[in-house]
Amino acid sequence: MSARASMFRSSAAHAILIAYTVLALYPVVLIVINSMKSRRAIFNDPLALPTRETFDLVGFHTVLEQGNFLLYFQNSMIVTVASLFFALLFGAMAAFALAEYRFRGNLLMGLYLALGIMIPIRLGTVAILELMVAANLVNTHWALILVYTANGLPLAVFILSEFMRQVSDDLKNAARIDGLSEYRIFFTIALPLVRPAMATVAVFTMIPIWNDLWFPLILAPGEATKTLTLGSQIFLGQYVTNWNAVLAALTLAILPVVVLYLIFSRQLIRGITKGAVK
Amino acid sequence: MPQPRRTPRSPIRWHIAVFLAPAVLIYTAIMIIPLFGTLNLSLFTRGEGGAREFVGLANFATLFGDPRWSGAFWNATWNNLWFFIIHMLVQNPIGIALAAILSTPRLRFAAFYRTAIFIPAILSFVIVGFVWKLILSPLWGVAPNFMDALGIGNWFAPWLGLERSALTTLALISVWQFVGIPLMLIYAALLSIPDEVLEAAEMDGITGASQFWKIKLPLILPTIGIISILTFVGNFNAFDLIYVTQGALAGPNYATDILGSFLFRTFFGFQLQLGDPHMGATVATVMFFIILAGVSLYLFGIQTRLRRYQF
Amino acid sequence: MTIRRNLILTTALALCATGAVAQDVTLTIESWRNDDITIWRNQIIPAFEAAHDGIKLDFQPMAPAQYNSALNSKLDAGTAGDIITCRAFDASLQLFERGQLADLTELDGMANYSDVARSAWSTDDGSQTFCVPVASVIHGFIYNVDIFNELGLDVPATEDEFFAVLDAIEADGSYIPMAMGINDQWEAATMGFANIGVNYWRGEEGRAALIAGESRLTDEDWVAPFRQLARWSGYLGRGFESQSYPDSQNLFTLGRAAIYPAGSWEIAGFREQADFEMGAFPPPVPAGTDGCYISDHTDMGIGLNAASPNQDAGRIFLEWLSSDEFANLFANAVPGFFPLSSAEVTLEDPLAQDFLGWREQCESTIRPFHQIVSRGTPNLSNESWTASANVMRGTWTPEEAGEALQSGLSSWYAPHQ
Repeated sequence: MSARASMFRSSAAHAILIAYTVLALYPVVLIVINSMKSRRAIFNDPLALPTRETFDLVGFHTVLEQGNFLLYFQNSMIVTVASLFFALLFGAMAAFALAEYRFRGNLLMGLYLALGIMIPIRLGTVAILELMVAANLVNTHWALILVYTANGLPLAVFILSEFMRQVSDDLKNAARIDGLSEYRIFFTIALPLVRPAMATVAVFTMIPIWNDLWFPLILAPGEATKTLTLGSQIFLGQYVTNWNAVLAALTLAILPVVVLYLIFSRQLIRGITKGAVK
Repeated sequence: MPQPRRTPRSPIRWHIAVFLAPAVLIYTAIMIIPLFGTLNLSLFTRGEGGAREFVGLANFATLFGDPRWSGAFWNATWNNLWFFIIHMLVQNPIGIALAAILSTPRLRFAAFYRTAIFIPAILSFVIVGFVWKLILSPLWGVAPNFMDALGIGNWFAPWLGLERSALTTLALISVWQFVGIPLMLIYAALLSIPDEVLEAAEMDGITGASQFWKIKLPLILPTIGIISILTFVGNFNAFDLIYVTQGALAGPNYATDILGSFLFRTFFGFQLQLGDPHMGATVATVMFFIILAGVSLYLFGIQTRLRRYQF
Repeated sequence: MTIRRNLILTTALALCATGAVAQDVTLTIESWRNDDITIWRNQIIPAFEAAHDGIKLDFQPMAPAQYNSALNSKLDAGTAGDIITCRAFDASLQLFERGQLADLTELDGMANYSDVARSAWSTDDGSQTFCVPVASVIHGFIYNVDIFNELGLDVPATEDEFFAVLDAIEADGSYIPMAMGINDQWEAATMGFANIGVNYWRGEEGRAALIAGESRLTDEDWVAPFRQLARWSGYLGRGFESQSYPDSQNLFTLGRAAIYPAGSWEIAGFREQADFEMGAFPPPVPAGTDGCYISDHTDMGIGLNAASPNQDAGRIFLEWLSSDEFANLFANAVPGFFPLSSAEVTLEDPLAQDFLGWREQCESTIRPFHQIVSRGTPNLSNESWTASANVMRGTWTPEEAGEALQSGLSSWYAPHQ
């Protein structure tokens, strides 16, 4: 392959990727820059960056006066991280059992655990709420963690069992000959090998949890357990015309999750590349 | 099918139960029991005085037999199918193409591109709906001005407000939001193709595009299968984007009504329309069977035919 | 089931017990009015708490779109707040029939309300009332006085004048004649159809005739307003088909549009956002009619959760809501939500005074499809959103809209069969 052809191909690749990156980021940038502008400037020239005349943080003042956003952020973090942890751990365990062992009802169990991705969990709201009331968990983080864990499990099992089947039998059988227990085989051999799949499941599961408005509203609307998404939704009412506040609230809701993702994304890619056994 | 992996030594293998127990318990208590309790409502109706009356399959007969119900149901179903087709034709090919380009060895800034392109997928529907309504708004000029600058300003139309274009526009917004997911999954699959396989291909003179089509694509087919079924399930459960941009009545003239929005409007009601848990559960049950049919088709028809590779 | 009930009961008892020990009762208020959060926290709650030792209030609003479904779920499971903000008519009536809203017929303060005000939160025979009527909203048009002065326009009183004004603004070309979009559909039905239609079906008279089955939606009384709406389309901004409700509000308050088909609830927000003088006029009357009508719609009530452990404190709060003090406080804190009580209220906002003043000149009526005729499937009120938007988009003729609504109503409503 000539150097020129390679140059051409690499520039073409960069051109495509840059074009798509602009398409992906542009709307987000639009929200963030407009959140820092005066109201008139938002509408007169939505594409412009804030200048000295149009720079205005009034939206942020309005939003931050309304609630304890640091606490909301902390609540969102606790709920998201704990739900992710349980969904991934329990999901991987179940997926390992389904992929590794032949037992009666294996296929049925797999189908049973997949049923949950076929019905939106919101339909069970009233029964779930009654359950949480009975267990005295309303307005606690646990109510949300349990729901999100349960809701995340079907997908985790579905994807992870697919990947668990790809884990080499030779490795596991060698370990068995060395006398390792099934639990140690799971934790020391299978789990590290499916890390790329775990990372993808984590991303899949995390996004709807972080952005969910419904269950925080129903199960944990109290001030002490309010999540960031719920806390910022009071600016998105039907009669809201205050776009400064709306844009500021949206920016505040976007930034933490983007930062989290930027941190997490390096782990994610490292997980993917390390997990790929070459 | 999995090979016989292990001859049982003891009659009861407790570790299987231990591995399954936490997932099965939490999932059964918090998802299955409440959800099937709800689906069960489809066999009942609210009788005089509010008592629950068993009616067998009468609600299903109403859904398919009453012209108003069946009209709304089929409208939502076809719209949903179109929504899914757009995702399959646009989202997944773009995801695969971008992943293929990204996985080129020694590509500079790959980490940056990868990170940036995935960002829309982490945004909430509220944000996505809001920002695209703003961009496509005929008043604030982001899209119209941009198109004027390209000299195609006459092509601009209030897409979200027109019956023929609203659904496709929303599907494309959804594609914009979620393209990062197939991208990531395919990217991971491409990276996990062993170097030896690719080196062997290069020895045989298979490089570049033909290497992608002949070697890589067959190897990532199982991942593409998973993505397709996840897209299917996701699309047939979707409703948030419709609610946020078009409202519960899925305007204009129900042109953007998909099964999810139809279900939530029926189940929880909207404005003066009171929620009808019984008809709502009926719609949910039918949706459940549609999705179950799709998933079964995948599990028994497609997945078993895809060769599975152990690395 | 019994175990679960017992547990709920135990929890409720435990909650009561702790409440009793602490002496202070906190009443949680469920509401969809998240726009009013600062008004409640800074004005209404301090005023109540100052006069009532031992009762604290906690205003917990949510977004309007989720309100009905979230509230119903919480009531079913027993976690809803003590005080419930009531939607008008059937949504609340259903809660009362299920025993989830307390009967407030015996509340002393109920004497301060007319039968019409109470009708939105009473049983069909009027014998029981379950929410304290709080506010009504009035439809009309808000206009930009500066633009009218600049172009030398007079406020239109008749329909011909109205279109002459729109033509003049259009001809001048500097401003969009009217700010309204149909992306969200409800503006077309509420600010359009229900706003101007009252003069055609003659308010309560036509509404009663429709309920009784004496008037049909294919009659000229009901089709004519659609004909007007179809004419409006030519005066709206470019791409009004995808213009959303906040778009329209901003278009007007930024001074780019001259007229805004309004509900009085806009006043508070517009006061904050607009930096020009605003005026208002009632729906222009069609040629050859005498008298005028306005849509003066009972919109918001406040009731008591029947399962609340704080029934006594709740009733104390509701008695206060029906007082003159609250009526004045609320009317001035949220101009454009007009009190329904017979209290003497002094409004400070001139625009709100204008709207309220129409009650003297014109006859009041509520929105036509809110009572009784939206009790079945398809839902007439929701269908009217789609129909009004379709007419404005030009995909349905006014006659087709009338026929579609009538066939939907006839399919379930006995007086129309």
